[in-house]
Amino acid sequence: MKRLLIALMLLFSGPLLADDTMPPAPYANRQLDDPKLEAKAHELMLTIRCLTCQSQSIADSDASMAGDLRNQIRQRVAAGEEPETIRQWLVARYGDYISYAPQVTSLTWPLFVLPAVLLLLAALMLRRRFTRKEP
Amino acid sequence: MSEAPTKGARWAMWLPLGLFAGFAALLVVGLMWPADKTVKSRFVGQPLPEFNLAAASDDRPGLSRADFVGGKPRLLNVFASWCVPCAAEAPQLEALRQAGVEIHGVALRDHKPELAAFLARNGNPFSRIGADNLSVVQVGIGSAGVPETFVIDSKGVIRHQHIGVIMADDVPKLLAKLREAEQ
Amino acid sequence: MTAEFGLAALWLAAALAALQLFAGALALTRKGEALGGAVRPAAVVQGLLALASFIALVIVFVQTDLSVKLVHNNSHSAKPMLYKLAGAWGNHEGSMLLWVTVMGLAGSIVALVERRLPEKTMLATLAGQAFVSLGFYAFLLFSSNPFTRMAPAPEGRGLNPLLQDPGLAFHPPTLYIGYVGLSIAFSFAIGALITREVSPAFARAMRPWVLGAWIFLTLGIVAGSYWAYYELGWGGWWFWDPVENASLMPWLAATALLHSCSVLAARNALRAWTVMLGVVAFSMSMVGTFLVRSGILTSVHAFAVDPERGSFILALLGIYIGGALTLFGLRASTVTEGERFAVVSRESALVFNNVMLSCTLGIVLVGTLYPLLAEALGQQVSIGPPYFNPFTAIFVVPMLLVMAVGPLLRWRRDEFGRVRKGLILPALAGLLVLGLAISWKPAHVLPVIGLALAPAIGIASLLPLRGRKLRQVKLPLWGMVFAHFGVALSLFGMASDSAFTSEKLVAVNVGEKVAVGPWQIGLKSIDPVAGPNWTALEAVMEARYHGGDAITLHPQSRSFWSPPQQTSESALVTRWNGQLYAVLGDESEDGRWQLRLWWKPFVPMIWFGGILIAFGGFLALLGRVASDLRRIVARNKISYRRQRQGR
Repeated sequence: MKRLLIALMLLFSGPLLADDTMPPAPYANRQLDDPKLEAKAHELMLTIRCLTCQSQSIADSDASMAGDLRNQIRQRVAAGEEPETIRQWLVARYGDYISYAPQVTSLTWPLFVLPAVLLLLAALMLRRRFTRKEP
Repeated sequence: MSEAPTKGARWAMWLPLGLFAGFAALLVVGLMWPADKTVKSRFVGQPLPEFNLAAASDDRPGLSRADFVGGKPRLLNVFASWCVPCAAEAPQLEALRQAGVEIHGVALRDHKPELAAFLARNGNPFSRIGADNLSVVQVGIGSAGVPETFVIDSKGVIRHQHIGVIMADDVPKLLAKLREAEQ
Repeated sequence: MTAEFGLAALWLAAALAALQLFAGALALTRKGEALGGAVRPAAVVQGLLALASFIALVIVFVQTDLSVKLVHNNSHSAKPMLYKLAGAWGNHEGSMLLWVTVMGLAGSIVALVERRLPEKTMLATLAGQAFVSLGFYAFLLFSSNPFTRMAPAPEGRGLNPLLQDPGLAFHPPTLYIGYVGLSIAFSFAIGALITREVSPAFARAMRPWVLGAWIFLTLGIVAGSYWAYYELGWGGWWFWDPVENASLMPWLAATALLHSCSVLAARNALRAWTVMLGVVAFSMSMVGTFLVRSGILTSVHAFAVDPERGSFILALLGIYIGGALTLFGLRASTVTEGERFAVVSRESALVFNNVMLSCTLGIVLVGTLYPLLAEALGQQVSIGPPYFNPFTAIFVVPMLLVMAVGPLLRWRRDEFGRVRKGLILPALAGLLVLGLAISWKPAHVLPVIGLALAPAIGIASLLPLRGRKLRQVKLPLWGMVFAHFGVALSLFGMASDSAFTSEKLVAVNVGEKVAVGPWQIGLKSIDPVAGPNWTALEAVMEARYHGGDAITLHPQSRSFWSPPQQTSESALVTRWNGQLYAVLGDESEDGRWQLRLWWKPFVPMIWFGGILIAFGGFLALLGRVASDLRRIVARNKISYRRQRQGR
């Protein structure tokens, strides 16, 4: 199914048209022995976007490049790197696109003030709705 | 019965339409002028990371960062035998080689026999081919697919990224980028 | 012939919709009043013709008439009958025909039974409904004709294997019926705005349609989420993907609308707000359809993507929603908000939750479309769970707290002190679980909040039944209790899944054993198997829960041949306290098999809770419709008696 989706996506995206037959990287589908480190790595993988299968995280993808990214992330985490450092390392190469966790930037700040704006709007509109005395 | 006063709330009545107009405009723009969805490398302008790849074929040596340092600017071509469009750009790579460009190949997740057959069929314009079986170099330089071609200057700095097949009219463009990288 | 009959019926239905629109609109003027009599019959016949057209399409698919282009593109003679049927609506043209059919039939029912609103409001409503239908008829006839013929081909191309799944055969039509049901609410809102008749009667007339649409939306989302869960093969059940969000947004709006309808029906308050939500709910349905069909945002679920269809839907969206909102701007200031109420009152709790639902909707909408805005500005961003989870929680958590208290409050004015005693038990339960959860040293805050909230709101949702004779409790109250309890259950499933899931990714030889959570799993063999239009490698696994009896699992890796595609079929073992999830991956070079195994405690509660929510809606609908029917019968008796007395 994933392969189908990948194939479909690739039809649109052009460059890749076939999938390789290379076996997956050592840590693509193998967990780290230390459950704490594995949890750290897994959590990061859930928020890294797969580049060849569009709208999916590398943690839920069968694409080989996602597997290679999982491998690299697990190895880096095992080597003691912090997940956020790895995220920044990836963002330096692929831009904010690769991270599902938007950073506060000049472009994305409205996303982060949105809850306050919504609450303010609601308060403005509801201001006259209530009465304290029996009508 | 006490009805809420309505004055002062008029702006609120038009607020939904205003929001909707902005939102519809966004959808129109997105639909009529679809943005480029390719993921470009942000690593252009940065020096190549350290890497050392084993030889991917028997008749060409492997590839490391040091192979890009010194001399003239070179091309780094990410390709694979299982990638159909990669065969399509072979003549253009050959033309670039004949124009005196040194091309280093990064074979992505490839098997030796299949790669050898691919090179026998489509020609071998590469002076070195490294085997990137774990996409380490690919991810290291911010490439998101195959084929992709990078212009690397003599200091080992990435100067340009070309995404997708090199078409005939891309050859002069790449030559220009290579000249640019010489300065 | 069948295809031509279907097309003819479709044209006739469109003509009747035009008649319905013009007669309805003219009847609102003084001169055209006489035309009013034509509107209801036109609506009824229009619905029947649309149904005839849809039946014709289903017949063409059942016969696998390959001279019809749509059949050729989406069916295959070797396909199981269920998927031949599903093929009729598992594509863009067929699903649009289903859309107008449901819309037409709903219009017929409104025209036949709805008599409590002023006649002019009804005419405006039916004209509005015809106006909306006409756009979709035009879309079908001019740009997506399902009955186009072609030179007969020897064989069809088959249905996307993705859609060859019982879950997916019914998931899109379920959502669609929900989307279309909201179009009726929209038409009611338009009718009410045109005639300035926003009243409790309006809310009561609209409510069954909102309830019905909401039930289908709930079921559609539950089915879609469960399908993604077992079909995608990685154990995830919600990805905040644009297409998933497209189904969530109308649901959030419909949920808010449902509750504001109650306030309007019971207390004649929140008039403009309810009308507004009626418009918003349907616009979210249209936005959802647009996002799925236009492919404007990249999604795992996008199929039948076509920018031309996108522009057609966008044009309809602009006309209907832009028009409705203009009408709202013009009229809403003359529709007063109605009765006021105290800060502590049932209304107040409902208003609060309405606002929280709308804010959640705002977050989902903006978060879904923001990448589009970024692209328009030449940048790329991805917005996923790390944004949506905490930012929706800001509004969802307070909403759930108020949901626990609200149903205990009285209308108009109440004292918090009166209900405080009743809340001690749920609060204690919540605090107890919170304490336990914190002592486990959780990695995340949200699952802990969820785990603590779930028992609290679960108990609180039963409190409205306290002190009542259960046999005398009316159906709508039962409905509310079930639905709110379902929310608690669902929340518990979600929190438990993210807090307690154990994952195991391993490569094993046949004969080896693996442990995941409390399970011992042995790989017995890998066998080739064949289905009607696929072959597969099937793993035979033996699973033992805490060393108990062996349960056999058969996850498969399937290859379809028409069209050629591969899918992985996960195998599930469901227990009362969770689900074991097994996926067969590829064979590695050394002959070992890659397995993915998960033990997910209480995860089925997510969907079971969702079904309870829908069931609650169904009970409420049943209660409302029953009382409406009783009233209609009583009214008919009275008018019958009057007639006899008159004679």
